[in-house]
Amino acid sequence: MKGNIGFVKAVNGNMVSVEFDCRVKQNEVAYVIVGELRLKSEVVRITNDHADLQVFDSTRGIMTGDEVEFTGELLSVELGPGLLGNVYDGLQNPLYEMSESYGYFLEKGVTLPALPKDVKWEFLPTVKEGERVEKGDCLGTVMEGLIKHRIMVPFKLSESYEVANIVVQGEYTISDIIATLRDDRGREFPLTMSFNWPVKRAINFYEERLAPEEPLITRIRIIDTLFPVSKGGTYCIPGPFGSGKTVLQQITSRNAMADIVIIAACGERAGEVVETIREFPEIIDPRTGNPLMERTIIICNTSSMPVAAREASVYTAVTLAEYYRQMGLDVLLLADSTSRWAQAMRERSGRLEEIPGEEAFPAYLETLISGFYERAGMVRLKDGSTGSVTIGGTISPAGGNFEEPVTQATLKVVGTFHALSRDRSDARRYPAIEPLESWSTYKGIIDAKHREWINKLLTKSYEIEQMMKVIGEEGTSLNDYITFLKGDLFDSVYLQQNAFDEVDAATPEDRQKFVFEMLFHILHGNFSLLKDKEEARHFAHHLRQCFLDLNSAQWGSEQFERITKNIQESVEKYMDKDSGLSRLLLRSSFVDTIIDSSARRLKKAKTILKEDIEAETDDETGI
Amino acid sequence: MKPVYSKIGEISGNVITVSASNVRYGELAVVSSDHGKSLAEVIRIDGGKVYLQVFQGSSGVSTSDEVRFLGHYMNISFSDDLLGRIFDGTGTPRDQSPKLMEHLIETGGPSANPINRIIPSRMIHTRIPMIDMFNSLVESQKISIFTTPGEPYNELLARVALQASVDVIVLGGMGLRYDDYLFFKHTFESKGALSRSVMFVHTAADPVVESIAVPDISLAVAEKFALDGKKVLVLLTDMTNFCDALKEIAITMEQVPSNRGYPGDLYSQLASRYEKAVDFEEAGSITILSVTTMPGNDVTHPVPDNTGYITEGQYYLDNGRIEPFGSLSRLKQLVNKDTREDHRPLMDGMIRLYADYQETLEKKAMGFKMTDWDNSLLKYGQLFEDGLMDLSVDISLEEALDRGWEILARCFDPEATGLKSDLIQKFWPEGVAADE
Repeated sequence: MKGNIGFVKAVNGNMVSVEFDCRVKQNEVAYVIVGELRLKSEVVRITNDHADLQVFDSTRGIMTGDEVEFTGELLSVELGPGLLGNVYDGLQNPLYEMSESYGYFLEKGVTLPALPKDVKWEFLPTVKEGERVEKGDCLGTVMEGLIKHRIMVPFKLSESYEVANIVVQGEYTISDIIATLRDDRGREFPLTMSFNWPVKRAINFYEERLAPEEPLITRIRIIDTLFPVSKGGTYCIPGPFGSGKTVLQQITSRNAMADIVIIAACGERAGEVVETIREFPEIIDPRTGNPLMERTIIICNTSSMPVAAREASVYTAVTLAEYYRQMGLDVLLLADSTSRWAQAMRERSGRLEEIPGEEAFPAYLETLISGFYERAGMVRLKDGSTGSVTIGGTISPAGGNFEEPVTQATLKVVGTFHALSRDRSDARRYPAIEPLESWSTYKGIIDAKHREWINKLLTKSYEIEQMMKVIGEEGTSLNDYITFLKGDLFDSVYLQQNAFDEVDAATPEDRQKFVFEMLFHILHGNFSLLKDKEEARHFAHHLRQCFLDLNSAQWGSEQFERITKNIQESVEKYMDKDSGLSRLLLRSSFVDTIIDSSARRLKKAKTILKEDIEAETDDETGI
Repeated sequence: MKPVYSKIGEISGNVITVSASNVRYGELAVVSSDHGKSLAEVIRIDGGKVYLQVFQGSSGVSTSDEVRFLGHYMNISFSDDLLGRIFDGTGTPRDQSPKLMEHLIETGGPSANPINRIIPSRMIHTRIPMIDMFNSLVESQKISIFTTPGEPYNELLARVALQASVDVIVLGGMGLRYDDYLFFKHTFESKGALSRSVMFVHTAADPVVESIAVPDISLAVAEKFALDGKKVLVLLTDMTNFCDALKEIAITMEQVPSNRGYPGDLYSQLASRYEKAVDFEEAGSITILSVTTMPGNDVTHPVPDNTGYITEGQYYLDNGRIEPFGSLSRLKQLVNKDTREDHRPLMDGMIRLYADYQETLEKKAMGFKMTDWDNSLLKYGQLFEDGLMDLSVDISLEEALDRGWEILARCFDPEATGLKSDLIQKFWPEGVAADE
């Protein structure tokens, strides 16, 4: 078709200017044809008879007069079973297949189908012929690993249809026709198990959007306890380089209690993705007994891959997340890093010679960032089930300065802010989330009042520490000094978490609640029996030691209990006996959680419980 | 044969424009002027106007000089004959040996598929405790030395290169002082390393733009050696000069600058070079150790800032020492778990205490009374700096760890160290009392 062809007029970096005299759509996909190669690109600006294209590949070798083929389609992804466990580039090319076909390098101008064509899926129909359906309705299911994957009516079919035909239960590939729909005018639509959807358009049909209230457990203490994230919520992690953003994202991708995790490695190092790619197939998810990779999709457009595809990669990832949300699943999307995405926009904007905004970022930066985060959310679907997309994005602010445009634009739209600090990472206080700067608007697993109290303690402790730098330790009162030690203790044994320790790496919800309560009561206590600062410091060091050992003890193990007892005894030495800790340890929540977490020790726990309760009852009757 | 164009329209900075057709983006050309021939590269095409970046600089180029397009991109001859050779920034021999013309390979090739990379797992021992013990260098890592002019960074680079057990060393020098060039040459020669080295040296006396090609050429050669199964170490010094050359071209091309005049794509430019560091499955590896001098010792300057986000850590060389703060090897976790069980906790513990020492120093400087704890910290800091931080210390990792325990034992009670009890039981040296 002659109508869909244009010709290259100019090349500048990854931007190509094309002359055309046909219909051209903003953001449609076009191919620049260079000899044998077809370079995928996207229309980003149209001025009269010129279209500016950003090319998702190296532009080396393009010359004026080269042909450009317009497709009329927006940049889309293919949705269907087979996405899970896959590793894609920003344009949804499967990297495993790329490697098989092309070897070590990502060759130019290559496009491969995103979903495996030859895999047979056991399809179980859920509708009958004659039923009425509309877009997003479930036609049947296939098991994708452990996920019940709903095969839905393609989202771009906008009317109401009658099921004219549906196949019986059996094995089908994604290119087999599994159903035919008929609209009111009698037109028929044969359907396979997969369909396309443009990445920049949010999938937004559901009954209602709900408030994000249920916490998303990450098993990272400082997050779950102090700065929680909700299912369907958004959060951002800005931090200077080397403060542990990516490690934090990796730990989250491993431990978060979500059904599906989508990792968008956007413009960062390939090495970081490699760890995930190599390790996730080996790590067994304790909740399912299957490798972690089975619940993971990696979208990987690392820093040396074509810049233009970086922007696409973020949208590709969020589109996949929304797709699985429509099946009633909780999806966590981790984008690392949104700054690279913003920089890609900056590069493009610069080449288009747009008037630059702050730090040369385009003026529409904020709109795009908020548009992206707003695609998160907890929704109630038509069938009554709920699904969610939670988005966590890292930010790499230039010079580690949070006053820059990307951080500021993101802070306006997210619900939780995890500020990483260089000071904390330099002092090896990991995860280096700065408790005094971070905030969360979500409800977590810990009583809000206790959370508040701890935050105050940390602030107070910090203030005293700063003051001590000015007036010296000798000028500080014993009480203030103890408050300082308390804050320091909480920081070192609770907020800091050793990602490389087998046990400490992930703290389950009930354990967090228990240890937090225990610490809360200790910190809440009045240590009037401490004689001087020397003794206080020794005592704090001793407690720290105990808690550190506790952190690496198995939850519910003999060792755990022994250390707990040990802590109790040491605390009693300096604290009023009635101050609560001993009582706390006997409270049912403690025993319950112990029982929950460790069925094999059930009996023993009960015995201990019984004896202790009897002992206590005796005491009380004695009084 | 491509036609010769002899009508140069604009000459601005080191960029010239010529009206030409059938020219491919990225193609090379030769500009012949009274002062000799210079390579040039197509950096923009706008209709019939072609922008060329002239590597020898545009000084002396006249409007009627000849421009001949070569029909190929930047390339370099690759074979084992490269070993022991020294070239300039565009691959012309700097030594007296003949020019190599065989097996030309293109520079700036595509990126490696992440699937084909493997997790780095082999530590490079340097016998520098601040590296081995605190920030281990790992094969296939890309890491930069952040420093300021005047620091002994090239000495450090050479020391690591000679110590590391690699098959090939590729040195890419950008804006290197002639003395430094001679230093590398003589050091490699005298230590017998020249025969396994290739040098691409752009000196401070050469036109600035020429340094733009150095990283690409060095890495293209390194990549070929790696695909042949070799372990390659690439030394790039100093990347700030490379960035300044990029800045110069960007400004000449009237690009909108993003930060302090540097182009908005500085991150991508640096990343496409550094990301060449790789450990191939079933082939060799590339490790990149570069130098980034920080103007004004300012780590937030765009060059070190962008570099820091790209590289897998940095060594912060200041006052002739690798500072524990500001230095970080992001890959150390991959290797320090397999060295000795106390390596990781000891490293963390000692750094935490060193941070406390720094605070105590501040307090002391303000004239506060020192408590016993402060005094222990002061003693600790001194021992730490002399025993481990000094660059003249040349000991193995094992020795460094033992020395670490000894320093702790001389300063603290076991409990004050914050180390886990079982480690203390196993490693706490007997008979070294915390003397007052």
